[in-house]
Amino acid sequence: MEAVEIIFTASLWAAAIRIASPLIFATLGELICERAGVLNLGIEGIMTVGAFSGWLTVYVGGDLWLGVAVAAATGALFGLLHAILVVPLGLSQHVTGIGITLLATSLSYYTYRLVLPEVTSPPKIEPFQSWSVPFLSDIPVIGEALFRQTPLTYLAFACVALVAWFLYRTPMGLAVRTVGENPMAVEAQGIDVNRIRIGAVMAGSALMGVGGSFLTLSAFNSFFFEMINGRGWICIALVVFGSWRPGKALLGAVLFGAFDAYQLRLQQLAGGVVPYQLFLMLPFIMSIIALIVMSRRAAYPRALMVPYRKGER
Amino acid sequence: MRLESRDSRPLALVILYPVISLFLAGLFCGFLVMLSGASPLSVFGLIAKGAAGSQFALFETLTRATPLIFTGLAAAVAFRAKLWNIGGEAQLYAGAVMTAVLGTGLLPLPSAVLIPLLIVMAMLAGALVLSVPTFLKTRFGVDEVVTTLLLNFIMILFVSMLLEGVLKDPSGMGWPQSKKVISEAVLPRLIEGKRLHFGFVIAVAAAFAVWVIDRKSALGYEMRAVGFNPKAANFAGIPVNRVLAKTALLSGGLAALAGFSEVAGLKGNLTLDLSPGFGYTGIVVAMLALLHPLGVVAAAIFVAAVFVGADAMSRSAGVPSYIAQVMVAASLLSMVTAVMLTRYRLRWR
Repeated sequence: MEAVEIIFTASLWAAAIRIASPLIFATLGELICERAGVLNLGIEGIMTVGAFSGWLTVYVGGDLWLGVAVAAATGALFGLLHAILVVPLGLSQHVTGIGITLLATSLSYYTYRLVLPEVTSPPKIEPFQSWSVPFLSDIPVIGEALFRQTPLTYLAFACVALVAWFLYRTPMGLAVRTVGENPMAVEAQGIDVNRIRIGAVMAGSALMGVGGSFLTLSAFNSFFFEMINGRGWICIALVVFGSWRPGKALLGAVLFGAFDAYQLRLQQLAGGVVPYQLFLMLPFIMSIIALIVMSRRAAYPRALMVPYRKGER
Repeated sequence: MRLESRDSRPLALVILYPVISLFLAGLFCGFLVMLSGASPLSVFGLIAKGAAGSQFALFETLTRATPLIFTGLAAAVAFRAKLWNIGGEAQLYAGAVMTAVLGTGLLPLPSAVLIPLLIVMAMLAGALVLSVPTFLKTRFGVDEVVTTLLLNFIMILFVSMLLEGVLKDPSGMGWPQSKKVISEAVLPRLIEGKRLHFGFVIAVAAAFAVWVIDRKSALGYEMRAVGFNPKAANFAGIPVNRVLAKTALLSGGLAALAGFSEVAGLKGNLTLDLSPGFGYTGIVVAMLALLHPLGVVAAAIFVAAVFVGADAMSRSAGVPSYIAQVMVAASLLSMVTAVMLTRYRLRWR
């Protein structure tokens, strides 16, 4: 009975939104890349480097928002590297993406050890505090779940609207979407396909970096090794689940967050009778199941993973 | 800027470009080393010395290369058929679990029977783990990249559960580790007193076996055909899905052997830190080898040398040993670029 009651508590949904926030950023980022026809498996590493660089900025005395900006910039930088390799040079997007993840992750760890050679427990910073929206936060249940979050969470929601507006309401967004479906049509309009793709991958990777920084600047207050822990890969599943649409991706991320928050609470209820690892597995298993369910309807961008070479059919 | 397909690939380019690319990757790492205040040349010297400067170092490098040969072969086999198996880590642990389950006293058999049996069972376990994403790919069209990646996380949690549950060593002082495998299951050391074990021989033999399959068998031909163009392969009457299923069995089995050989040859028991990412590093090994089975052996030894050498260097020079991972990742990216440039010419206009 108690297991059902949990679902209607505001704290569950507040936690769900909190867990979903980094996923919203990174899923939007991957969505932009894939809409432009580029699979970005660098996501896991780009989130790591975002988490690390954002944290480092604040640790050496920068402002929290400066940390977010630095995370976005480093994310975009690794996005640029991925884009150069797979767009004009047309390398395998799978292999390059894995390479970017390995490079970004190992560079983060190397730099961490360079800055803090002897530290055993990671140093803490003062993270974003939650900010209650006036009036709205007083609404029962919904107010507590939605409007008593940290500013970065509000930014995540704003980004959903922004990305949706950009993709569907601006000429540039149309170009991004078309580049992922039919690059030749874009070329015929006199627009440089590669430039659009590089720009999209950089913008998307910046969002992944911010998603990573949410973990160090808002959810926790320090940087740990392996702290991304598969979140990037889950975001790739969420993009498919959300049918490459920002709104549906948001829905997927929040559902995922709710599920994760719920399993954490169930874990406490189960009180050690069921091995806790089974609960920790659930989010990953859920992602796979979601992929299977959605696979029939998955409408991949038609030019996803197809390099564009001018004059080649 | 655009790419133009080369009519021919001069041997000089094929050799020169990868060498230049590895040199550039080294230069990048040298710059990173300078940031730490150490001298790059002396650090690279220490890495080389730590990897191959003594008999002990050489044996350590070959020991570390053993699991990488297996995971590298697993990636090479799968990537040839464009089956994107990023789940080497999960398959490795599947093989390790099987070895820990059957090898710790459940089957009291003589070595000559037990070790081959463990090899077969470990391979089956790994093959099974990769078969799930492959089935989902061929049956439902679910992208195997994401599913194999997610399975890595599920598998490590599963191993953690076993090590705190049924497989936990009662005399392990509470550590999450399995019992030691019985002496009949232990792979013999190649040289008395050194850590290098028979797993290395199996790994090299596996590389030759994969090479023979690739070059001399119909399956090898079909796998390459499917990787090159699945539609054309289908037209030619090749059962694409069945070939992918067979590829998965082979690839998963090879990765699982890494787990088997680490447990039965080196560590003696199953722990949660059995693999420091051998599954992922195997992908790098396979790409550095240009997916050639025999090249995998050389690439695995190179990558292992970087890791072993960096560990030794880190102890004496104080540069973080993560430089090894940076070096390996940078080599991967520069190598794939170099290989592309041997096939295409850059035109700036």
